[in-house]
Amino acid sequence: MTDTNVTKARLVIVGGGPAGMAAAIAAYDAGVTDVLLLERGNALGGILLQCIHNGFGLHRFGEELSGPEYAARYEAEVKKRNIPFLTDTMVLSVDPDRTVTAMNSTHGVFSVKADAVVLAMGCRERSRGALSIPGKRPAGIYTAGTAQRYVNVQGYLPGKEVVILGSGDIGLIMARRMTLEGAHVKAVCELMPYSGGLNRNIVQCLKDFDIPLMLSHTVSKIHGDTRLTGVSIAEVDEKLRVKPETEQYIPCDTLLLSCGLLPENELTKEAGIPLDAITGGATVNEHRETLTEGIFACGNVLHVHDLVDFVSEEAELAGKSAADYILRGARKAASPITVKPAGKVRYTVPQRIDGEGEDVRLFFRVGAIVDNAVLTVKQGDTLLATKKKRRMTPGEMESFVLPAAKLAGVSGELTVCVESEGK
Amino acid sequence: METKELICIGCPMGCNLTVTVEDGDVKSVTGNTCPRGAEYGKNEVLHPVRTLTSTVFVENRGNMLPVRTDRAIPKECLFEAMKRVNAVTVKAPVSIGDVILSDFYGANLIATMNVL
Amino acid sequence: MCYQVAIIGAGVVGSLLARELTRYDLSVALVEAREDVATGASAANSAIVHGGFDPVPGTLKAKLNVRGLEMMPAVAEELGVHYKNNGSLVLAFSEEEMQTVRELYERGLANGAPGLSVLDRDELRALEPNVSENAVGALCSETAGIICPYGLTIAAAGNAIDNGADLYLSSPVTAIRKENGVFVLTAGGKEIRAEYVVNAAGVYADEIAKLIGDASFTIRPRKGEYLLFDQTEGKLCGHTLFQVPSAVGKGILVTPTVDGNLLIGPTSVFIDDKENRETSADGLDYVRSTALRSVKSLNFKQVITSFTGIRAVPDGEDFIIRFSEKDPHFLHLAGIESPGLSSSPAIAEYAVELLGNAGLQLKANPKFCGERRPYSWFKDLPADKKNEVIAVDPRFGHIICRCEKVTEGEIVEAIHRAPEARTLDAVKRRVRATMGRCQGGFCSPLITELLSSERNVAPETICKHKAGSNLLIGKTKGGDRND
Repeated sequence: MTDTNVTKARLVIVGGGPAGMAAAIAAYDAGVTDVLLLERGNALGGILLQCIHNGFGLHRFGEELSGPEYAARYEAEVKKRNIPFLTDTMVLSVDPDRTVTAMNSTHGVFSVKADAVVLAMGCRERSRGALSIPGKRPAGIYTAGTAQRYVNVQGYLPGKEVVILGSGDIGLIMARRMTLEGAHVKAVCELMPYSGGLNRNIVQCLKDFDIPLMLSHTVSKIHGDTRLTGVSIAEVDEKLRVKPETEQYIPCDTLLLSCGLLPENELTKEAGIPLDAITGGATVNEHRETLTEGIFACGNVLHVHDLVDFVSEEAELAGKSAADYILRGARKAASPITVKPAGKVRYTVPQRIDGEGEDVRLFFRVGAIVDNAVLTVKQGDTLLATKKKRRMTPGEMESFVLPAAKLAGVSGELTVCVESEGK
Repeated sequence: METKELICIGCPMGCNLTVTVEDGDVKSVTGNTCPRGAEYGKNEVLHPVRTLTSTVFVENRGNMLPVRTDRAIPKECLFEAMKRVNAVTVKAPVSIGDVILSDFYGANLIATMNVL
Repeated sequence: MCYQVAIIGAGVVGSLLARELTRYDLSVALVEAREDVATGASAANSAIVHGGFDPVPGTLKAKLNVRGLEMMPAVAEELGVHYKNNGSLVLAFSEEEMQTVRELYERGLANGAPGLSVLDRDELRALEPNVSENAVGALCSETAGIICPYGLTIAAAGNAIDNGADLYLSSPVTAIRKENGVFVLTAGGKEIRAEYVVNAAGVYADEIAKLIGDASFTIRPRKGEYLLFDQTEGKLCGHTLFQVPSAVGKGILVTPTVDGNLLIGPTSVFIDDKENRETSADGLDYVRSTALRSVKSLNFKQVITSFTGIRAVPDGEDFIIRFSEKDPHFLHLAGIESPGLSSSPAIAEYAVELLGNAGLQLKANPKFCGERRPYSWFKDLPADKKNEVIAVDPRFGHIICRCEKVTEGEIVEAIHRAPEARTLDAVKRRVRATMGRCQGGFCSPLITELLSSERNVAPETICKHKAGSNLLIGKTKGGDRND
């Protein structure tokens, strides 16, 4: 590397989607103006730019916006502050010493030495290969997001007769988009006995168009040598195994997959930053700082969110924390509190608490539908907080605030547990 | 008197609503956690409406412009509305909020992206 | 015009032979049924250069495997193909299996295979700590290796073209007749004339033979299913790990690939349909459970794809490499099952010898250049050199495939460079775009656009692999897209 290609910035943000933009703005407003925002796409906004449906921003702006509109509001704030950003720029590596190496057409390969880094790379969709769906390998099998790009950005229809596997929100949204653009969506199959998507999307994307949602069903085989000619679908038992006697054939030319999102943490892994095996994102404290000093993470690269509004909120926290770190130095506790999921709780974010004297909002997800849910937060046998909710579902991220007063003097391990009442 | 069970689509909470209807008129909406829910419950029984989102072609750029209706339009008009969306083309520059089609089933069809 | 040699089938054997023939002052046609080279057995197999201990002594398989093993490093180097001499181990899980290991060792010695040794449990553990503790010993081949089979094929065909051979894609040979002493091949609406014809048609070799009335052999397709892991798992083992063949089956291998992934498989099932590249739940389960015998720590969450390869199994025990009894100018290179990839350079060398003996004039081609720049030339540059390239052509600074970090410049080059890439899968096999962990989720729409603009065809015509495998069916609404 030549010296001319090493520059400096106080804060580098990897990813110019909703998380990266919100982090940049928050850091700037907290006093760190020397920020560089790096985005791999050709414009700021990330995946929001292809999410042209409405439903974004109710929490943030109190109105229903489309993805591009939501992104544009943040982009305007970035530009108003003259925060430098580079698009069409791919980050190749992040070093634990906070040197970020990237490449684009104008600057070639270059490195930026930063005081702090915010990781905001988002997530990717689980592919057919990762699902290991048996059968042939014809054209016509797309993740819902790939189809979304073809339809919404490029203006092409990937197919006419569609089956969707997985009832995640993108799959549901694409059922409606494909229908309105002239395709026929024959069924949405969901492996689990419940949908991973929001109820509102089941109503307005499936029920509105009489698209059947087949719970506890999966695609058991793919047919077709050139283009997809059909799929076999079948019911699954409680262990999610195909019941062969229930197999039926549905002719179709397109299979869309909406089977979960995976945080894109290759850069994080290569930097040696420890990850949480359940979230697939970094292990962080309440400031969204990873276990590698000065490197923060937020948004879907940290854990997959349901709503972009919550991504923005988390990113503001990470951006502000990064600014605090730059301006005031490390805030890591010598003996942090570790937060451990228990009962039906699959994971929590943050996974540790370093600071004192601040309220901490803990986010978590349950692994199964829990009716009459009781949340308990304990240190050993001491109950610190409890909360009840009529129903918790895996598709919906839950959160609660641990008041500073409750955390005072706590050390060691906190258990966050959800069980059905009476158990 | 009859009751209808609905899931509110007003926001991601997806509240379970119970709407009581008598003589073609809504008597009560329960289960909602905000006024929007009551409004949705009433509309959904009497004349359901939806926001339509799609794209239109930008002639002088050769790409797509995302659009939406600025308020919900009658649900039964969605496919008819799509025919009009598919027929219209625009010319850049276009800004967010620019009206692409006015008098569009009681709403405006507006641009949701800036195309320079 | 009349070619001196026409080769039917642009798999690894046909393509390496085409290249070998261009060393001489000859006109060569490489005639391929499909839209790209390397789409049959050469596209999907274990990607192993075998150590030469498996074939029965005295067979062509034994002779050509050992010779191919010797030739492969230099061939790969010249053609700019990734090859790694990682060595292989045949794992034994019982004393009885150790007996087989010793037999294989003796067989290897008889074949003249170099670098063989028998390892005990401790030696094995020292070499491969992740191997299951149930393995009691192994046969080690220090000379065995791994290679990218389609990479080798594409580079061989490309180098043959660079040296004057003509490649005919989408040209299935449907009839062969003889006119004025030369062959006339009917291939995809064209007629191709040649003095000598080489049948390297893989699973279709028996059908090609029948076109000249030769029914002396049959080829049975046998499928093998594989699972491929993300590069995060590529260092689980260094050697290719075989299992001792037993009454239950030939065993499942666990191997790193030259691209840093981990590959497990294959099953071995005879099928009727030569195009049936279907994976099955049972087959993949068998691969998973049997591979776990060798390495217990396989992390199936990191599987990025599964696929099926089809092998061309002859009715006899050996490769069918001989002239047809129906015509002394019609050479069969058929039934090239395992160790076919390992033997391929030697098969090409041997075929040239046979053609020479049959009267083909072998005068050196003074312009022949066997070197070929690898597709990965840009990727392999240091950063400052990359920047020099980007300054001249900014497309090399623009990454399209984020998982494999493939740039627009590399994809555009793959589209145009011989043999040109016409489909999404052809781009994939050249520069690995779409081959990473997202499996094309993000980049396939961008590559579709590039194929469309570079080849100056509508995006709706872009196919995944074969004709008819179009990715898009039409526009959502009118207007000419600016792709």
